[in-house]
Amino acid sequence: MTTDPRETTGRPAPQGSRIDPYVDSYAARAQGMVASEVRALFAVASRPEVVSLAGGMPNVSALPLEEMGDIVRRVTTEQGATALQYGSAQGDPALRERICEVMALEGIDASAEDVIVTVGSQQALDLVTRVFIDPGDVVLAEAPTYVTAINTFAAFQADIQHVAMDEEGVLPEALEERLTALAAAGRRAKFFYTVPNFQNPAGVTLTAGRRRRVLEICRRHGLLVLEDNPYGLLRYEGEAERALRADAPDNVIYLGSFSKTLSPGFRIGWALAPSAVRAKLVLAAESAMLSHSTFNQLVVGRYLAEHPWREQIKEFNEMYRERRDAMLASLEAMMPPGTSWTRPEGGFFVWVTLPEGLDAKAMLPRAVGERVAYVPGTGFFASDEGHRNMRLSFCYPTPAQIREGVRRLVGVIENEAALRDTFGTTPAPPAPGGDAPTPDLP
Amino acid sequence: MTAVHPPEGTAPAGAARTAPPSARAARQKVGRTVADLHRVLVLAGGLSPEHEVSVRSGLRVAESLRRLDVEVQTADVDAALLGRLAADPPQAVFPVLHGAPGEDGVIREVLEISGVPYVGARPDACRAAFSKPIAKSLVAAEGVPVPRGVTLPKAAFRDLGARELVDRIAAALGLPLFVKPDQGGSAFGAAPAATAEELSNALVSSFAYGDTAMVEERIDGTEIAVGVVDTGDGPVALPPVEIVPDGGVYDYSARYTAGRTEFFAPARLDGAAVGAAMDAALTAHRALGLRDLSRTDMIVEPSGRVVFLEANVAPGMTETSLFPMALQAAGMDFGITCRELAHRALLRG
Repeated sequence: MTTDPRETTGRPAPQGSRIDPYVDSYAARAQGMVASEVRALFAVASRPEVVSLAGGMPNVSALPLEEMGDIVRRVTTEQGATALQYGSAQGDPALRERICEVMALEGIDASAEDVIVTVGSQQALDLVTRVFIDPGDVVLAEAPTYVTAINTFAAFQADIQHVAMDEEGVLPEALEERLTALAAAGRRAKFFYTVPNFQNPAGVTLTAGRRRRVLEICRRHGLLVLEDNPYGLLRYEGEAERALRADAPDNVIYLGSFSKTLSPGFRIGWALAPSAVRAKLVLAAESAMLSHSTFNQLVVGRYLAEHPWREQIKEFNEMYRERRDAMLASLEAMMPPGTSWTRPEGGFFVWVTLPEGLDAKAMLPRAVGERVAYVPGTGFFASDEGHRNMRLSFCYPTPAQIREGVRRLVGVIENEAALRDTFGTTPAPPAPGGDAPTPDLP
Repeated sequence: MTAVHPPEGTAPAGAARTAPPSARAARQKVGRTVADLHRVLVLAGGLSPEHEVSVRSGLRVAESLRRLDVEVQTADVDAALLGRLAADPPQAVFPVLHGAPGEDGVIREVLEISGVPYVGARPDACRAAFSKPIAKSLVAAEGVPVPRGVTLPKAAFRDLGARELVDRIAAALGLPLFVKPDQGGSAFGAAPAATAEELSNALVSSFAYGDTAMVEERIDGTEIAVGVVDTGDGPVALPPVEIVPDGGVYDYSARYTAGRTEFFAPARLDGAAVGAAMDAALTAHRALGLRDLSRTDMIVEPSGRVVFLEANVAPGMTETSLFPMALQAAGMDFGITCRELAHRALLRG
């Protein structure tokens, strides 16, 4: 006969354990940080057998590694004492000058004094949010918007409200309506967050006419604009638009990054802000990190000074254009009726809308089972929206892999449509935890 | 149905053998001569949705073996595996793969034909256990209560009409119900259903993970897991672990987020229920032809009746997993147990 351990040992009834001894200590903002099924599926998506159209990683295979190695060596031997020492929280002055040269390509006229170098533009986003947002403050964002921005705003307990968008970017009337409604309710938004070029995730670009109207509306309502522009120079066709910051230097905080135009591995991004804001950002950066990597800043500064970096970007654009074309051609050739998608003029992403009744998040396990991955649209909304959408990345896989990935995806969509026909359209209840990996991470 | 191999080194049928915790712990301290165990290959990862859980389980097993001075390598199941087994064969393989192809017999078939010793159940026992409906019928045949249920492929709903079939299932089994894919773990695709509409939704969720779904009456009671381990003297049932998830459903988030579930090890059950649960786990382990280790999930009704849900041949070994918790409740060391299992595999050859 089996033995009851308590009869043998005479121990009293056991205490429960939650494994985590700090379960009652976490801040309210940490409550949503839980293991999620969707993240588990993304762990499988990194396997080579899976064609991942999910990750937003730039393709760094085209980088000139020999030259890069040479620069690293020279920074170490010629500037070692500086490179290996603490720097200032605002960042290396020479690099900030170079950054102004880069921004000039988008019409921005800026002083290096108003630039702060950050650990990727992600940190710039974090610092701006830290400096402006109290719990409950309203942040306006496009519908959809960049997932990690949502996570950052949520970490500071913002009230994130989405504003409708179409293939030309955010709808100015919708923005005006929302601001008016907020004012009527005695509330105000702290800033409007936009990714105006080849948006992550929607792929769309805010047209020139819309930019003028958005700036006018924001000026009239006294609303700060947070312009996040990591993809602006990755344009494959058409004419570049002037940055919002170019036409409204006092109302716009501009975030830039070298992650897609050079490499994400250096973690060099920046914020360009009106001087009073910039002063606060520098203080916030100090308490976040003391100073950025002096070494990385000097390497990137040298690269910009000594190498034809515009040519390098052209080379990247050739490569990405080919992939974008493969993606659009495959979608055109294979997607079933009832699906639609955006046609980006640059950047990395296409935003697909599935036929009525299908749910991209509910479909993800089946897709991963068929060895293709994408990011469900729900990850890009703070509210429970985006179920019919998928973000497809074309930056990383080869054109042949893209075609194969779309082929597999179409099979999954057709099976899912058949399943929905069988059962009638049924909405999936929201599951806990994050709905997307941090797309830029492998 | 394929014949089930009897597990090796087991006691005669009907006699559950467990030594008192103190004697087991004492024997572990002295230990056997495991010095000839040099090289173990831990297989972890895989292509199922449980990939990440498996990687963490594998890391924990590998680390615990390394602390005992066993040389451990880890590998995933991919195109390089066969070449690796041929070029640098380990003394024993410890598969910590969850879901297919780790728990459904596929990898073990490969290990069998590669002539590499491994820990855990043989392929046909895996196939029996991995299919929940087949496992239920084998265990029920030994007198262990199982939930009433039906198992149907999605084609049946397509061909016979989903609405009518859903209504018929709800009428036949009564509500509330619980739906899960007929294969797979970590609660992927599993959901409760309190109405016919919820049943429809739950079936759609389940079919995202597999083509066949199992619908069962939802059993009320205390959710428990009972580990079974055999380090040479026959299978031994470990103390039951009681599972109390916040929100009432032991879903993926509840399983793998520390703090979301409360565990009681041993479970807060009276002596009779504990005995019945441990007996049921041993019966399941034998009926399915399992070997070395297993974890059986059950629910104990308020009346004390123990109902079998499923058995797992490669239980999770993460920091929130039930099998390591049960070992600890039994006073057994996780690393030493892993080493003994690997050693047994080596001795089997």
